[in-house]
Amino acid sequence: MTDELKRTPFYNTHVANGAKMVPFAGYDMPVQYPSGVMKEHLQTREKAGLFDVSHMGQVILRGQSYQDAAVALERLIPMDVQGLAEGRQRYGFFTNDQGGILDDLMFANRGDHIFMVVNAACKEADIDHLRDNLEPDIHVKVLENRALLALQGPSSESVLAEHYPPITDMQFMDVETIPIAGAECWVSRSGYTGEDGFELSIPLAAALDVAIALADHPDVEWIGLGARDSLRLEGGLCLYGHDIDETTTPIQAGLTWAIQKARRENGTRAGGFPGANVILGQMVSGVANTRVGLIPQTRAPMREGVELFATETDTAPIGYVTSGGFGPSVGSPVAMGYVPTEMSAPNTVLFGEVRGKRMPVQVSRLPHVPARFKR
Amino acid sequence: MKFTEEHEWLRVEDDLIVVGITEHASAQLGDIVFIELPEEGTTVSKDDEIVVIESVKAASDILAPIDGEIVEVNEALVDEPSKVNDDPIGDGWFFKIKPSDPSQMDDYMSEEQYMKLIG
Repeated sequence: MTDELKRTPFYNTHVANGAKMVPFAGYDMPVQYPSGVMKEHLQTREKAGLFDVSHMGQVILRGQSYQDAAVALERLIPMDVQGLAEGRQRYGFFTNDQGGILDDLMFANRGDHIFMVVNAACKEADIDHLRDNLEPDIHVKVLENRALLALQGPSSESVLAEHYPPITDMQFMDVETIPIAGAECWVSRSGYTGEDGFELSIPLAAALDVAIALADHPDVEWIGLGARDSLRLEGGLCLYGHDIDETTTPIQAGLTWAIQKARRENGTRAGGFPGANVILGQMVSGVANTRVGLIPQTRAPMREGVELFATETDTAPIGYVTSGGFGPSVGSPVAMGYVPTEMSAPNTVLFGEVRGKRMPVQVSRLPHVPARFKR
Repeated sequence: MKFTEEHEWLRVEDDLIVVGITEHASAQLGDIVFIELPEEGTTVSKDDEIVVIESVKAASDILAPIDGEIVEVNEALVDEPSKVNDDPIGDGWFFKIKPSDPSQMDDYMSEEQYMKLIG
């Protein structure tokens, strides 16, 4: 990478806390702190972890009204944006004409506008995509003046309640503007670890104050990208560019749940997004291969790229691992990948080839660790 | 005790050499979750990849430091790979090798030289 790496507002804090910094999506990011991935992972599941996710893209879509912006966004994503209530958030994805996924994202109804969070590696392409395809009267604003932190884990609520007691009223996927350490934070009760938690968009000037106020709590530790990855893997959550990409459709990826009724066949606003014919067609006729959970039956982790076979001796692979590693909360290796639909039933035994050896791996339901969202 | 540039330590125990990885290497690898050891009785050549270590982050190989026969492996690591993080130069040893040419040991670093290498 020849371009200079960008830094988030918390760069110095990470370095001061002993983080090991690595390049990620053009940013110099903390992959782990001195306690290491395993302890950071368990800390998040047991108490609370603080994640710097400021590298992600924060975008505002504004039209004459929320509805105006929602009508526009619905032309690019297969979600019910118009029907999203004020103060609520949804998971979604941009699709291409082949029904593949260009990026996955979160979007919220913040009253008179849509607030979106997109992946760091895709944010420039996403913004071009929005600007190229939305009418000129829909204003696309990229927020360079806000940091983004995620506070995840069972203690998150009580930690934030010390700053703002009514936070306990928020439910999973609620969004609200909340004062923390004197700053106006846009808070959603969500995250990407499978735990209860919050994401906080913070004005840049107050970013460090808010981070210190949270990190100083005895239940909170900074957590790096390494544990973020193992947490989301156990949570069965897709990592863009690995488990989903331009060649996988939402139906293959098992993300049908994210396409609301209004946008499906016979819905009030069926179709009308890129690749709708492919995606809605697959909802009716099914798919040849699909994303599943995978549990290696030996202690050897099966990582991204491991080929899957129907038997110990077949020469042609039938599938592949898209994410895999050791699951610290599960206590053994976990993975996910794509297999033929007829081999996707839980408990089906397949074989993964690791260093030239075929090892048994069992198809499983996702998530590997039950989600603990506050619904 | 001798050290390799691959961050292995080699300890002479009678006519055998005990091999493991250094504290520096175990810290760099991070939490170790899986170890694949060679079979006892295998004859190996210097630089053969004979041990696979997987940490939460990635897989890496350990090379045979010298020619010889693997006479014993630390089976306890299969169920408890974290021993390599907890006690890399003690309970975290990998295997014992019977060297066919003990003079190959002369190529390796002293502790002082190794400490200088890792700074």
